[in-house]
Amino acid sequence: MPTKIEKDVYTGKDTTGHEWDGIKELDTPLPKWWINVWLVCIAFAAVYVVLYPSIPLGTTYFKGVLGWSSTGAVAQSVAAMNARHAADMKRIGQLPIMQVTADPKLKEVALQAGRIAFAENCQPCHGPAGTGRVGYPPLDTNFWLWGGTLPDIQRIIMYGIRSGDAKAHESQMPAFGHDGILKPDQVVLVSNYVATLFGIEKPGPTTAAGEKIFEDNCAACHGTKGQGNQSIGAPPLESRVHLYGDSLAAIEYQVNTPRAGVMPAWHTRLDPATINSLAIYVHSLGGGE
Amino acid sequence: MSEAVLNPLAAPYTTAAPARHPAYNEDIVRKFLIASMFWGVVAFLVGCYIAAELAWPQLNIAPWFNFGRLRPVHTSAAIFAFGGCALLGTSFYVVQRTCRAPLWGGKALADFVFWGYQFVIVMAALSYVLGFSKSREYAEPPWHIAVLLVVVWVAYLVAYVGTLLKREEPHIYVANWFYLAFIVTVAMLWITNNLTLPVSIYSSRSYSLLSGAQDAMVQWWYGHNAVGFYLTAGFLGMMYYFIPKAADRPVYSYRLSVVHFWALIFIYIWAGPHHLEYTSLPDWTQTLGMVFSIMLWMPSWGGMINGLMTLSGAWEKLRTDPGLRFSVTAVGFYGMSTFEGPLMSIRSVNALAHYTDWVIGHVHSGTLGWVAFIVFGSFYYLVPVLWKRNGLYSKRLVAWHYWISTLGIVLYITSMWVAGIMEGLMWRAYDAMGFLQYSFIQTVVAVHPLYVVRLTGGLFFLLGMLIMCFNLIMTVTSRSTARAIAPAAALAAGA
Repeated sequence: MPTKIEKDVYTGKDTTGHEWDGIKELDTPLPKWWINVWLVCIAFAAVYVVLYPSIPLGTTYFKGVLGWSSTGAVAQSVAAMNARHAADMKRIGQLPIMQVTADPKLKEVALQAGRIAFAENCQPCHGPAGTGRVGYPPLDTNFWLWGGTLPDIQRIIMYGIRSGDAKAHESQMPAFGHDGILKPDQVVLVSNYVATLFGIEKPGPTTAAGEKIFEDNCAACHGTKGQGNQSIGAPPLESRVHLYGDSLAAIEYQVNTPRAGVMPAWHTRLDPATINSLAIYVHSLGGGE
Repeated sequence: MSEAVLNPLAAPYTTAAPARHPAYNEDIVRKFLIASMFWGVVAFLVGCYIAAELAWPQLNIAPWFNFGRLRPVHTSAAIFAFGGCALLGTSFYVVQRTCRAPLWGGKALADFVFWGYQFVIVMAALSYVLGFSKSREYAEPPWHIAVLLVVVWVAYLVAYVGTLLKREEPHIYVANWFYLAFIVTVAMLWITNNLTLPVSIYSSRSYSLLSGAQDAMVQWWYGHNAVGFYLTAGFLGMMYYFIPKAADRPVYSYRLSVVHFWALIFIYIWAGPHHLEYTSLPDWTQTLGMVFSIMLWMPSWGGMINGLMTLSGAWEKLRTDPGLRFSVTAVGFYGMSTFEGPLMSIRSVNALAHYTDWVIGHVHSGTLGWVAFIVFGSFYYLVPVLWKRNGLYSKRLVAWHYWISTLGIVLYITSMWVAGIMEGLMWRAYDAMGFLQYSFIQTVVAVHPLYVVRLTGGLFFLLGMLIMCFNLIMTVTSRSTARAIAPAAALAAGA
């Protein structure tokens, strides 16, 4: 198509003289504001490059006149926040836990530290308010598998339960049904008896037989009345708080194939001050002994 | 000549001297247009579903319909299937018209590109749902599908460049520069980011050639330029043809198009590291990514200025042509998201925005507002032309589509702004004693209502798309849009 420069009626600008499928172009100069803003952006970039780490130099790089680094900036802001509680946290980590709670100021700091440590580390299993769920014990009741005093809780947090740590709590309920210690009908009888202990089944003609099995096999750990035994982590059965559910089916399942949950040892991941704070926070949830 | 389409009776579409027009391959454009509409519905539907999964995690139906598997289905369907088919189709249309040359390689090459591309899309989607993924964002297909795409893409490049070389026009129109930059750069990006070593020729598994920070750097060099060259350059090509056509006005500034084109493609390619600020990528690399992003702002806006100012003298067309309204609004969203991008790349802003839903909102103001709207505008223009119909079936429905989708976008991006900034602020909040104020799960709980609003926005957008499908199907099939045969054409047909 021959080049034919025309004047656009509306804008008064010339066209470039080309046409493609009816499309023409105006020969408008670059907008001044556009060039100026762009130059400002380029100037900003140039200044930024001088101030901050920017130019690679072989195996090193230009560090920038401000001496800024992303890791340094993070460390600085973390340090600034730590400074607000560092002295108190140091004491919380050093003092015996009972002395920490005796000091109102330290206790307040510990509760705050424990709150966020709990939210970041514990609530995925135990729930945001420590209410627990199937397989994960509630922490807001006064039923404790291994004891609910401050030192008890502190020890559990530090070493865990069946965590593999040398100081962890250990216990293992035998698999009465699965390993043939009890016959299937005996499992049903004893489970029915356990259910009467907390009232979901009424005592009936088979209760006595179940009680006999319970006395022979279960009472040694769980106590004659199913009151449990914290020293070996045997749960109380007469309460309505049950780790793996309180239906008859759940009880039978547990007698047949008991589960043994694991709580990790935290002393390898959290410092003593955080562990003490956590213990104080958990103790405060409602069930501390 | 766009007048011809808007009002074919006043100025019949074929007045532009049929003798000048070689035998354009319009069949391939129709195919890609239909495919694009189909994949658009799929992409928006899956998008709504995964948005619902985020609001109500119970909707994750393991394993096929988990978020992790459906998310790449959504992104790939939206970017590569919906957007890709629209780009391939319109580029084939534009290159033929503006070069006044038929598509090089004939029907066979074009059809190979079409069916090859569809095959890749289906294979990729099936792999994601079945759990095969390279786990590289926007480059998830297993290696053998990636190789297949290279073959199809090279065929596309050959057909496109062949047409350019055989052109009858002395110069190459600006839309073609952008389309060509898109085709060439995407090939380079795709191949580089797919440098993996297959476990065996029979296994879909492979390991990246690079590792660590270098691997991340290449991934985001790719990821950012997928936005730059797929979602920006390609669709700018679309804009440079369809806005002047629909507005029937000359392009505002040839010089601006030259300067912003070269500035855009030169600067965009360096901005990738801004995706990796505050990561183990070296600080100096992060800085360079950031400053290039700042310098990219005006080159990006060059396209917006050219798009909007082309409307000078034709603004009243926005009242009568709702299709053009889509294109112009698209340019507005383009301007907004290309300002937001550099803003978010600034280190101190990034510290707040990184990893939050603000990023998701930013992407969608670009993809829904810019990409999808420019496609809608172009398709509303193209369908009556390609199917030789007497205008669209219903302009009223186009207006409904416009307002429903715009409302959807506004709901989407505002909810994600609020959610993102809230997340950023909650994550960095400390209490008076210097302990973190919130845990992560508290931020998840806090954004839940905004996730529901986002889903609502997405459903609006999907509804708009369905209205468009109905309108276009009726345009093609309804008797009311059938073109009256001009006496001359009838005579010619008779003879």
